Amino acid sequence: MSLTQPNRPSPPSWKSALTWLRRNLFSTWYNSVLTLVSLWVVYQGGRGLLVWMFSQAQWTVVQVNIRLFLVGRFPVDQLWRVWLVVLMMAAVTSLTAGILQSSRRGLMGVGLVTAGAVGLVPLFKGQSSDIIWVLAIGSMALVNLGLGPMLKARLPSQRLSRGMVTLWVLALLSLLWLLLGGWGFSPISTQQWQGLLLTVLTAVISMGLSFPLGVLLALGRRSPLPVIRTLCIVYIEVIRGLPLIGILFVAGIMLPLILPSHIQLDDLVRAICGLTLFSAAYLAENVRGGLQAVPQGQIEAAKALGLPPLLVVWLVILPQALRSVIPTIVGQCIGLFKDTSLLYIISLVELTRISRTVINQPRFIGRYAEVYLFIGLIYWLVCYLISVGGRHLERQLGVE
Amino acid sequence: MTETNPIIVATEVHKWYDTFHVLQGVNLTVERQEVVVLMGPSGSGKSTFIRTLNALEDFQQGQITIDGMELSADLGNIEAIRQEVGMVFQQFNLFPHLTVLQNITLAPIWVRRWPRSKAEEVAMQLLERVDILEQAHKYPGQLSGGQQQRVAIARALAMQPKIMLFDEPTSALDPEMVKEVLVVMRSLAESGMTMVVVTHEVGFAREVAHRILLMDQGTVVEEAPPEQFFQHPQEDRTKLFLSQIL
Repeated sequence: MSLTQPNRPSPPSWKSALTWLRRNLFSTWYNSVLTLVSLWVVYQGGRGLLVWMFSQAQWTVVQVNIRLFLVGRFPVDQLWRVWLVVLMMAAVTSLTAGILQSSRRGLMGVGLVTAGAVGLVPLFKGQSSDIIWVLAIGSMALVNLGLGPMLKARLPSQRLSRGMVTLWVLALLSLLWLLLGGWGFSPISTQQWQGLLLTVLTAVISMGLSFPLGVLLALGRRSPLPVIRTLCIVYIEVIRGLPLIGILFVAGIMLPLILPSHIQLDDLVRAICGLTLFSAAYLAENVRGGLQAVPQGQIEAAKALGLPPLLVVWLVILPQALRSVIPTIVGQCIGLFKDTSLLYIISLVELTRISRTVINQPRFIGRYAEVYLFIGLIYWLVCYLISVGGRHLERQLGVE
Repeated sequence: MTETNPIIVATEVHKWYDTFHVLQGVNLTVERQEVVVLMGPSGSGKSTFIRTLNALEDFQQGQITIDGMELSADLGNIEAIRQEVGMVFQQFNLFPHLTVLQNITLAPIWVRRWPRSKAEEVAMQLLERVDILEQAHKYPGQLSGGQQQRVAIARALAMQPKIMLFDEPTSALDPEMVKEVLVVMRSLAESGMTMVVVTHEVGFAREVAHRILLMDQGTVVEEAPPEQFFQHPQEDRTKLFLSQIL
């Protein structure tokens, strides 16, 4: 048996657990000392935190203000529009995930998250309509995860990818329509986009815009044309040499002073411009690393087939370059998401800013720890999701 | 040679890398359906020369005419010539992010503007011809070196070129895989393809080539049909070269 199946994992047993302990934690006397000291530190720290979380902390501040954290002062009677956006995004994302990979773990994950969310709604003093929304979103995601593989099997890949791109574009356009209003919906000012909603929107839009800009800058930096190359290098080096907070300050506070008074840029637009310009410079350098990793032979082979330069870049160089830098790009997405917390300096009420508002409520003065722990958890959760998604993408696109 | 309509005419081609004079006036005329083998020691400029024929390398003096089109610095002209000239590289250079089928159909679809169905049909015929039909949906990384090189040949043929250039196509292969590639090249020659081949495979040169050129230090030292080249070389440099490889 062991000869024919050398990679079979040994069955877990009490005995092997003991062996594992001995081998990994108590192999030598100093390892044993380290293990015991670490255990003591973890116990002391963990006990303090747990005791505080369950006996001293007063979570009503989070319970009462949950809507404020998530959507801020978004008009309550229009909240269904936010729910609808979430539903739509969940639908498109899960369909894409299902097409890329039919994973049973994905199904289980969605099921668990949905069940958990439904369980949490009453805890957060939610209404029954919230439960219905959460259930709808969860079941939509489940159905689409199952639908994905079926579509993949039925449709030719060309038509499928074209359809998915169309679907994404439509979803993003209707997202803006739903959240901004107009054309039949009551208009909502971007100043009413707040909380986590604002954080996610600015991060996603900025990343989406900085991606093409960064790729162009990276290509430009390798251009044989000296003017383009120099411009790109100057841009990248200048932006990388400035702190983000300075760029946001210029975009948010100095621009209105510099620009003629009849030009009124929306606060949010200015913030997104700042984040995009900043992020693009870093992205360009990451992508450039990937471009350099594409062997010269690939370019020669593409040229020898008669492909014009733009197609050589589009069909041969970029797909290979971008694939090799997925991990660093994911890292940058995470960084950008957290950087949105700096937007408070141009008076945008994103997640971090709104927690200051909550702390200043007379009823909850001094509840810093609970509030910051809660928004920390939200930041971590989103970043972890980005990270997991990135790893899946990497595995999906990995060169065999 | 009785033909009077050569498909490749290279006259007095000179090329410098900075101060290094790598091609020192190379002349080559290739007739339609002719197979020409370039031999020579490493550094003799044979790879550089074959790469000037589809403008992967530029040159400073001389003239190259491919099928009546003169190579110039104009990009449109270069692309037009590259569409008629297929090239097979020592390192295969298949696109690792595309399947075998996608590798082969890429240029026909994007450059020749064929509909996908037609491109795939032609690709499948070519894969059958190079005897790896069953690998169509695999990625290059899943194939052996010999299989990859045969895919590379199919990829070049998919553009239906008038000329095929081979730059040491078997030099990067394990010995047991050399033969399968040579078999494909031989049948290609028999089908009447015009070929210029840089190779060290003496057997292939002897049996398939119509003409062999020996290059050394950036010039053509000797040019002869295979029997004469191997049996009665005229130049001392050729005799020395043959004594080293045979």
